[in-house]
Amino acid sequence: MTAAIEFDRLGHCYQRDHWVFRDYAARLERGRIAALLGRNGRGKTTLLRLLLGVIFPTRGELRVVGRAAFAPQNFQCAIGYSTLDLVLMGRARNVGLLSQPSRRDEEAALAALDRFGLAGKARQMFEQLSGGQKQLALIARALVSQADIIVLDEPAAALDMKNQILALERIASLARDHGLTVVFTTHHPTHALEIADEAWLMLDRCDFVAGPADEVLSEANLTRLYDTPMKRLVFEHEGRRMETITPIGRGAPSL
Amino acid sequence: MTTLPDCATEARATAFRRFALPRNAALALLLVAVFLASLGLGPYPAPLGHIIKILFSLCLPESWRPTADWSAVEQTVVQVIRLPRILLAALAGAGLGLCGASLQGMMRNPLVGPDLLGISSGAACGGMIAILFDWPDWALVASAFSGGFVALLAAWALARAARGAGLLPIILAGVVVSAFFTALHGLIQYTADAESKLPALVYWLIGSFAAANAHKVAILAPPVLCAGALLLLLRWRINLLSLDEMDAQALGERTGALRWLVLALVALIVAAQVSVSGIVGWVGLIVPHVARMIVGADHRRLLPASAMTGAIFLIAADDIGRTLSAQELPIGILTALVGAPVFALLFWRNQARNWTGDRA
Repeated sequence: MTAAIEFDRLGHCYQRDHWVFRDYAARLERGRIAALLGRNGRGKTTLLRLLLGVIFPTRGELRVVGRAAFAPQNFQCAIGYSTLDLVLMGRARNVGLLSQPSRRDEEAALAALDRFGLAGKARQMFEQLSGGQKQLALIARALVSQADIIVLDEPAAALDMKNQILALERIASLARDHGLTVVFTTHHPTHALEIADEAWLMLDRCDFVAGPADEVLSEANLTRLYDTPMKRLVFEHEGRRMETITPIGRGAPSL
Repeated sequence: MTTLPDCATEARATAFRRFALPRNAALALLLVAVFLASLGLGPYPAPLGHIIKILFSLCLPESWRPTADWSAVEQTVVQVIRLPRILLAALAGAGLGLCGASLQGMMRNPLVGPDLLGISSGAACGGMIAILFDWPDWALVASAFSGGFVALLAAWALARAARGAGLLPIILAGVVVSAFFTALHGLIQYTADAESKLPALVYWLIGSFAAANAHKVAILAPPVLCAGALLLLLRWRINLLSLDEMDAQALGERTGALRWLVLALVALIVAAQVSVSGIVGWVGLIVPHVARMIVGADHRRLLPASAMTGAIFLIAADDIGRTLSAQELPIGILTALVGAPVFALLFWRNQARNWTGDRA
């Protein structure tokens, strides 16, 4: 298997000697899913920026094979673009600085929308789509840019239970059916456990744990990550083995 | 002014986008009509047939020219008085409309106009200095240009010093620079001789096309046409610039460089406009909103529509200013008089619609 993303001794600082993090190392095979977990302000966005090539590492090595595209969290655009206008923006790299997107670009955008059953919504205002459709449109935009790697920022945040499940299923299918490599951030360890092959925990500035999700998402690691006692529960439901991760620290003095 | 389409339902909104290209064509026709009609408007009315023949006689080679069946007065009025003035208004309006649409898209902010970065106050300040010291015409233009660019550079330096990424530093720097130059306007007016200089300075600040001549058209045309053409070529990129910073960068856009390129083009157009006609406010702010109601928010259609709407608006406003009463109303006053209520109306109409103009 070849690596899609590989980094070693990775570090970044925006101001001299103020490290967001350093000495991070991980490897993600092609077509696999990695979940990135970390507390607020730990530097998840910085790591995503590095993966997307928007900023460059201050230190260490980072290898991203192929093109990485971004599907932002609660994307809001004050300007009333149609869904097609928005998906077309994924072609930015294929369109010359002073040119306009061609018919072929438009066809590629329509085809990507069609893949997610959104062809009928192409001419509709993006803002009028439902939450799930918006996410699909943004993923379609990532696909139009001919990306091999898709980076999603909290794809299941701000969604109700049913839509959370749908969002997770969509992400799983990106890897399974479309052969894409996926990195997503989440604050729900259970989501990581459900669909991720790998889990990356940003424990501290110099403490990064990466490995198979099942191993890395241990009670000990998660308790350290969130600084609150966490419990992994296994139970059976209609003959299926289910697992869920939940905090148990309610009422504890540290909270 | 153009009628605003009512698009309350989604179906109508969809049908309405399908006709977006014809809408731009309709704007072009309207622009030609307003242009020709304005040439005939004024104390010496000229019939349309004569106007068209005079225009042909101006741009066709000798042997192709129509035989002159119009009077010499008509020829002078159309060629020497009205044509430069209307061309000046059209170029200024197109330039300001283009600048406003580009800036509003790029800054993701509906309240932004070309005055934003202090470029127009900087350019006006340069012009005022030239008037104060009795510099010749060419020096006035050069001084206004320099003022505009000093303002842009100052805004740029301030935004850089803030070191933050994104738009907020640019907007704040613009407010600071604008306030500083406005203070300088006051200082120059205060020190100017009340008898000889002050009236000229005040008229300059108000903005007017009354002193239009072929020379001024020749000064305004190259920057507006060149920078305007570049902005039009960049129109799809402005869609990308209107995205969130990280999002646009992840799509492969070098947002920083592109943003400053657009700003420099805007500065060129605005400085050129101020140097020939003083500050003409409100146009760059309102025209994009009207254009957005006509063709939608996609900048590929919006930028041409905005340029044409701007030209139509300024030609028409100047027509009213010069024909309404015996004494001319300066264009700057008229645009502000019309602009403020129109903006309030647009704001009221669009408030529930995310300022996009065509949302159901």
